[in-house]
Amino acid sequence: MSSYDVIIIGAGSVGTPTAMALARAGVKTLVIDKLASVAQGDNKHAIGGIRATHSHKSKIHVCQRSIEIFSSWEEKFGDDIYWMSGGYSFVARTPEHELLLRETAALQKSYGLNIDFVDAEKIKDLIPGINAHGLRGGTFSPEDGNASPLRSLHAFYDNSIENGAEYQFKEKVTEILMDCHRVVGVKTNKDEYLAPYVINAAGGHAKEVAQMVGIDVPVEPDSHEAGITEPVKYFLKPMVVDIQPATDPIFGNSKNYYFYQNKFGRIIFCLTPSPSIKGTNREETSSFLPQISKRMIDLMPRLANIKVRRQWRGLYPMTPDGNAIIGPVREIEGYINAIGMCGQGFMLGPGLGEVLSRLVQEKTSNEDKELLEEFSLYRDFGSVEKLK
Amino acid sequence: MNSINEHPILPIPQRKQVDFTFNGTPLKGYEGIVISSNLFLNGIKIFGHHHKDKSPQGIFCAMGQCSQCTVLVNGQPMKSCMIPLKPDMKIDSCEGYPELPADDSPKELEEIQIKEVNTLIIGAGPSGLSAAKTLGEKGVEILLIDDKDRTGGKLVLQTHKFFGSQQDVYAGKRGIDIAEILGNQVRELSSVTLWLNTTAVGIFSDGFVGVTKDHDQYILIKPKHLLVATGAREKSLIFPGNTLPGVYGAGAFQTLVNRDLIKPAKKVFIVGGGNVGLIAGYHAIQAGIEVVGLIEALPRCGGYSVHEEKLRRLGVPILTRHTIISANGNDEVNSVTIGKIDDNWKLIEGTQRTFSCDTILIAVGLNSVDEFYHKAKQYGYNVWICGDAQEIAEASAAIFTGRIEAIKMLNFMGMDISTCDDLVVLEQKAAIMKAHPAAPTQFACSDLEEDVFPIFHCTQEIPCNPCTTVCPQEQIHTVNDLINQLPYFQGSKDCIGCGNCVAVCPGLAITLVDYRRDVKNPHVTFPLELTENKIERGSKVIVTSEEGDIGTYVVLFSRILKQYPKTQLITVQLPSNLAKHATAVKFEPEKDIKIEEIDQYSSEPLDDDIIVCRCERVTSAEVRKWIRKGVRDVNELKGITKLGMGACQGKTCLPILMRIFREEGIPEEDITGNTMRPLAMEVPLGSFAGVKKEGKK
Repeated sequence: MSSYDVIIIGAGSVGTPTAMALARAGVKTLVIDKLASVAQGDNKHAIGGIRATHSHKSKIHVCQRSIEIFSSWEEKFGDDIYWMSGGYSFVARTPEHELLLRETAALQKSYGLNIDFVDAEKIKDLIPGINAHGLRGGTFSPEDGNASPLRSLHAFYDNSIENGAEYQFKEKVTEILMDCHRVVGVKTNKDEYLAPYVINAAGGHAKEVAQMVGIDVPVEPDSHEAGITEPVKYFLKPMVVDIQPATDPIFGNSKNYYFYQNKFGRIIFCLTPSPSIKGTNREETSSFLPQISKRMIDLMPRLANIKVRRQWRGLYPMTPDGNAIIGPVREIEGYINAIGMCGQGFMLGPGLGEVLSRLVQEKTSNEDKELLEEFSLYRDFGSVEKLK
Repeated sequence: MNSINEHPILPIPQRKQVDFTFNGTPLKGYEGIVISSNLFLNGIKIFGHHHKDKSPQGIFCAMGQCSQCTVLVNGQPMKSCMIPLKPDMKIDSCEGYPELPADDSPKELEEIQIKEVNTLIIGAGPSGLSAAKTLGEKGVEILLIDDKDRTGGKLVLQTHKFFGSQQDVYAGKRGIDIAEILGNQVRELSSVTLWLNTTAVGIFSDGFVGVTKDHDQYILIKPKHLLVATGAREKSLIFPGNTLPGVYGAGAFQTLVNRDLIKPAKKVFIVGGGNVGLIAGYHAIQAGIEVVGLIEALPRCGGYSVHEEKLRRLGVPILTRHTIISANGNDEVNSVTIGKIDDNWKLIEGTQRTFSCDTILIAVGLNSVDEFYHKAKQYGYNVWICGDAQEIAEASAAIFTGRIEAIKMLNFMGMDISTCDDLVVLEQKAAIMKAHPAAPTQFACSDLEEDVFPIFHCTQEIPCNPCTTVCPQEQIHTVNDLINQLPYFQGSKDCIGCGNCVAVCPGLAITLVDYRRDVKNPHVTFPLELTENKIERGSKVIVTSEEGDIGTYVVLFSRILKQYPKTQLITVQLPSNLAKHATAVKFEPEKDIKIEEIDQYSSEPLDDDIIVCRCERVTSAEVRKWIRKGVRDVNELKGITKLGMGACQGKTCLPILMRIFREEGIPEEDITGNTMRPLAMEVPLGSFAGVKKEGKK
């Protein structure tokens, strides 16, 4: 039976960069995933947006660190992870949304983030061809960006292996082994592995894993669909977010939707259905493209002519307040949650990995401790984030 | 212009000439024919350059599946093989990524159509049409869709006569005519609604099938029953130069030649000796295109030997145990290098030869288009599959499997199938049609030298017997009257020399020898399908045999039987020692194989030059590097290399990837396959939103 310092369940957006951070610190790490290779859960369903402009302080700090890692990766390690610093732009088309976005931007600015509410003219420059009708301006945060989830994860994976991390794929954890209230390892459908720390980074399946140690976590996945187009010449810098809800009596109502053009010219888009669709179903529906296409074309008429190539559906492991659940639990020693990313695991992952690495090594800074308070399973889940 | 203006089989329609421009140059083309064929008409084969490595791009699939033929049509990027030419179109080559036009006027939207149907059949080829007939005759409400502008599937490209039996599958009739018969039968049924130019693009988990009608009208269809009759797609090959414009599938070639009636090539070279390759060669010759040669990697061609003989007689070199080494040329193909392989499939050094040609047709087999079926199964549809989508075989087998699956569907629907054909019998017949032919036997020459009788240069047991059913004297039989045995002349009643058997034979393998006027110099009658011009008495033809050309002879007379309008029966007088061995008449003498200087061949072809994924230009070297590093998950490989992420969604490269895994010694069970997702074909975003088109109400 092999022994490790840490076992991570899930080689996805959070598990992989965490393994990288741990391995770099010399911690003997094993990652176990039931799928065939790295990032095959919902990481590859993410569209690749990366922003620090949140309203939870914890999330802001973690994502700021993530952006440092993403943006400097190619320079430091040579792999092209398709990072593009195009910014985010939330557009306002009603007075209410203008007010909301102005308030949010002001709050974010107070946290030291580079964000402004800009007028309609500036938005027209940023988003060529945007429908000017009713446009009241919007936010712009130039330091946010995007990268390829799969490419990035593969780069982190390679780097973690270079630093000594180990992976077991096509292996499902069936039990977390305990000695009284202390984690001692895991059992899989193939083998058993020992470790004093087990990190639950199981994304959409985190609840099942937490139940293995008898912990109930408020993580309920819901699903979003996304799509990608053919490539066209680069013309659109920021991730465009339209927060105006829409009614669609035939194909279903929706909340916000967002899209950006990636480094290879493709437009990638995603929609939040209303009400949200709970569960772990990842099967494509016929409603998604009719729903989102109307909205995108209304906002940016020229998109009517771009050809859609592929659609897919992935999970957002949601928590009641829209913030992740990170850290140890009271009842079990050695068990650590890294769950409930609410669809932001990709942008949180690299920053979180470093925090989790310090947590395991018992080297957390004061700032880490503050963050972990906000991410705690025992927090008050009543305060919902303004702009999820 | 490179258009076909005469053809022995196909009628040449009146075509309206219109003006258009390509990169600013004024050109003339035919209205209504797709843009890509109009560019070929004007000798243009390079339609743009790839964004990644600036490699020239041109026609590949010719059926809207890939997007390598993308051009800018009045500024909009479009697949040139799908869009018919209109007067004064401004066409430009697509250089790198196309620009999305800044068309910022607000769009008027209308709700997209949603339709519930009892039965949806995807594909109106031989199997889909046969199924529609069987179901429709029972009154089942059917929506039959096909992405082409006519019914018949690939039959509409087949100028040759088909095998099988007359009773069951219209043997002895040409593919184009069978297509019409099957199509008309279905059009007569009031329970069948036919939508042409309608492409299925997605099978969704909520029971809806997404289709586009007339290229961009998106419609959602909810069928209670689904039949997938989507046919096959051509396999591709990897070798240096495999993506040069001028290298494409034999099926794509047939589309250009037999549908659009253009000459896309002057000299073609064919890789693959199955029926598709052999037939494409004959089609090329019928269209006036030279076939430089044909190679087959196996020790003998896999296609029917009668097809092979038709090509050999016309002097086409057919080289077995040969492989393609490279396609050569900078921007377009200008030659092909081939070489002989040993029993271990290794190239024998020193056997490389280079042939000059402008086009290389890849005909190395077909893969079933079955992804809709698997997706529908996964999502719990009531779904069936028939034709090539079910199993690759002849069109005649597809006719059977269409009927079989339709009867199974009727049974599932609880309808009375007691009046339908017996399923067991149909399955047996289908199995016979699907069987791979045995090796040909030696030609057995009759001893008779009197009266008149047919000679069968038919030496391979294939499922075919129209000669037995057209004989008015009922004197032609197959051994034990089994359809897959060889025919013989019984002789208990006189042959009347009607020529029906000569004219009907799909293999052009029957001659008629008549000793009645001159025993020493009998009259010999041959079928001819090489010219639309009537061969007059007194004109000269070359007579050929299995051993080669016999000589030039004068035509005594020629005739055309009413029932077989495109097959001329040519009669010449031959010395009695040659009469029974003569197999055919033709116009051109045999050629020597032209071998050219080998100057473009490097004996170690670089993996870096071999493209696996054409859309994203991923090389064999890169794919092998990752496989050797341990990658076994196709999804992972896609993420790292972008292989399979292009416009065709891996339709071409994923089968090649499986072959590379095999070459690298990776067991199949270690490989995790890729995840199929909609869409099957790219669709404009505006289609999903119901954007109203200008000029349409």
